[in-house]
Amino acid sequence: MTDKEHIQLAHGGGGELTAELVEGVILPALGGPQRPGGLTDGAIVPVGGVKFAFTTDGYVVRPLEFPGGDIGKLAVIGTVNDLAVMGARPLVMSLSLVIREGLEIALLGRLLKSAGRAAREAGVSIVTGDTKVVERDASDGLVVTTAGIGVVSDKAALGFHRVTAGDRIILSGPLGEHALAVMSQRRGLGFSSDLVSDCASLAPLTASLLESFGEDVHFMRDPTRGGLAAVLADLAEGTGRNVEVLEAAIPVNRAARAAAEMLGLDLLAAANEGKLIAVVAASAAERAVETLARHDMAAHASVIGTVGESSDNPLVELLTPIGGRRIVQRPYGEELPRIC
Amino acid sequence: MEVCGTHTMAIARSGIRSLLPESLELISGPGCPVCVTEASYLDGALLLAGRADSPIIATYGDMVRVPGSSGSLAEARARGARVEVVYSSQKAVELAEANPDRQVVFLAVGFETTAPGTALALRRARDEKLANFSVLVAHKLIPPAMRALLEAGDDRIDGFLCPGHVSVIIGYEAYAELARNYRRPCVVAGFDPLQILSGVEAILEQLAEGKAEAASVYPSAGRRGNPEALKLLEEVFVPCESAWRGIGTIPGSGLALGELWREFDAEKRFGLPKIESHDPPLCRCGEVIRGRCQPWECGLFGKRCTPRDPVGPCMVSSEGACAAAYKYGPLRPGRG
Repeated sequence: MTDKEHIQLAHGGGGELTAELVEGVILPALGGPQRPGGLTDGAIVPVGGVKFAFTTDGYVVRPLEFPGGDIGKLAVIGTVNDLAVMGARPLVMSLSLVIREGLEIALLGRLLKSAGRAAREAGVSIVTGDTKVVERDASDGLVVTTAGIGVVSDKAALGFHRVTAGDRIILSGPLGEHALAVMSQRRGLGFSSDLVSDCASLAPLTASLLESFGEDVHFMRDPTRGGLAAVLADLAEGTGRNVEVLEAAIPVNRAARAAAEMLGLDLLAAANEGKLIAVVAASAAERAVETLARHDMAAHASVIGTVGESSDNPLVELLTPIGGRRIVQRPYGEELPRIC
Repeated sequence: MEVCGTHTMAIARSGIRSLLPESLELISGPGCPVCVTEASYLDGALLLAGRADSPIIATYGDMVRVPGSSGSLAEARARGARVEVVYSSQKAVELAEANPDRQVVFLAVGFETTAPGTALALRRARDEKLANFSVLVAHKLIPPAMRALLEAGDDRIDGFLCPGHVSVIIGYEAYAELARNYRRPCVVAGFDPLQILSGVEAILEQLAEGKAEAASVYPSAGRRGNPEALKLLEEVFVPCESAWRGIGTIPGSGLALGELWREFDAEKRFGLPKIESHDPPLCRCGEVIRGRCQPWECGLFGKRCTPRDPVGPCMVSSEGACAAAYKYGPLRPGRG
């Protein structure tokens, strides 16, 4: 009998248990705000004639610094990316810090410098923030929360309701780089690798796509916690349609794959911080891939699958390299705590 | 039948079953170390986790969500127990070094693959004269379990796909007697889909030719295994009888700490009582482990028992047959 009285680590995994907590406890308690169009990471708020995108996030990654980034950069990029996949141009964001007593000030300085640099590069302004300090025992070194506001492009018409049979699923690059770069630094694992987090702003990619293809882009999401598997599960569930993915078409980073195998981790469920999933009309798919591939960060963009027919029990099916078929389940949730 | 959790998962993940002819069935046997460990072992670990002096329980990730009689180690952790996931036994020793004022208990579960790692950890603990490190041993040996399955005489097993990593340690010669006496081909294979198919092909060839031998298509698994590892096992452990969930007690199928290493036995150090545990009613893990029941044939599968809310270990372990079927299909009889 599972303990239903206490929060488990898995509740934060971005998988089934998280969904349950949000739908079963949090939303009802709040009086159930409506979430438009199946967007889970942000909201669209119309004000005057303008559609604003509004998102919020918490960052608890450990260790605070990892190859390719740190919690400061991650907090900015994560927020920017949530706005970007809503079809918005990031405008402003807030940065709130909960700092554990004893944290090295020099470290804090480095992390905030990194956040500042990431913000400048992404074209977003950090306009407000907050600072709290908690006792030594209370929490991990640093917890960062953000809120971000962006302006939704006129060309954006995104949502599950726009996805239809035959749509192609595009992935901008290999999976798992962020998750494994962070894991490689965890005390107790000690494997050496050249893996670097893919933490980067998706705004140039999403802007390109919307600019060139507008309404042919039906849905966008970035596979953070829960990875590609979670996004595909959301897609199947949200659209009520079967989804088929070709394993051989998924771009691979060899080092990431080797590390994942060694640790027994499923790359499909591993977190990414600089990858885009776009569901695009079949007629535009090839050109969309070409457009993306012009950006360095999406050099290996590929069509990895197709959206199928409606079904009472929509499944995500993977066609394996040897021609076999198997299903892709929504990840349970505790693959890797403190990954982002 | 395959008797290796990694094979269970590799077969499921590659969708091989959806490619095989109707007449060929791959069944999962007792290859998942967590699944074959009796509930009483986990209850013992939970007792330790709940102690007032809060020993650190160092465990492989798989054990963390297995339900015992009063919840899982993950739940104990949520209530304040010190449960640390380690990827290797060495890390458990390092925990003991880093926390001299606390006892560290390593849950030594697994087959011949992980047992040498435990032995190395114990050697290190002894060399460093660590007074706060101990192990709760539940290591098991595969060949005796294979024999027990065949002894019953009512199995459907025509051949064994033998475990890759275990065989790297023990060598494929370890299956020769079994193959000969029970007339079942035993072929060791690695883990990528082509390896598995090669192994299956080799078994079929033997069957077609009326042969029953031990062989290997896995380059890493030689005839005699790894002598260093085997020496380590001999130094630290002695074979003992062991209870396998679903199968019962099999003589000589487990490893216990040898005389000179008993001081590191957590059972002894903490005075753990003998625990009687019962498998939950309606849970058919035992039959699944013996290959007598497919996961979807269990009434609880996918309904009362899911990876989120597992009843038995076959569902929660990342190498369990039920977890593989739930995660990758098939969810019902038939292909893929």
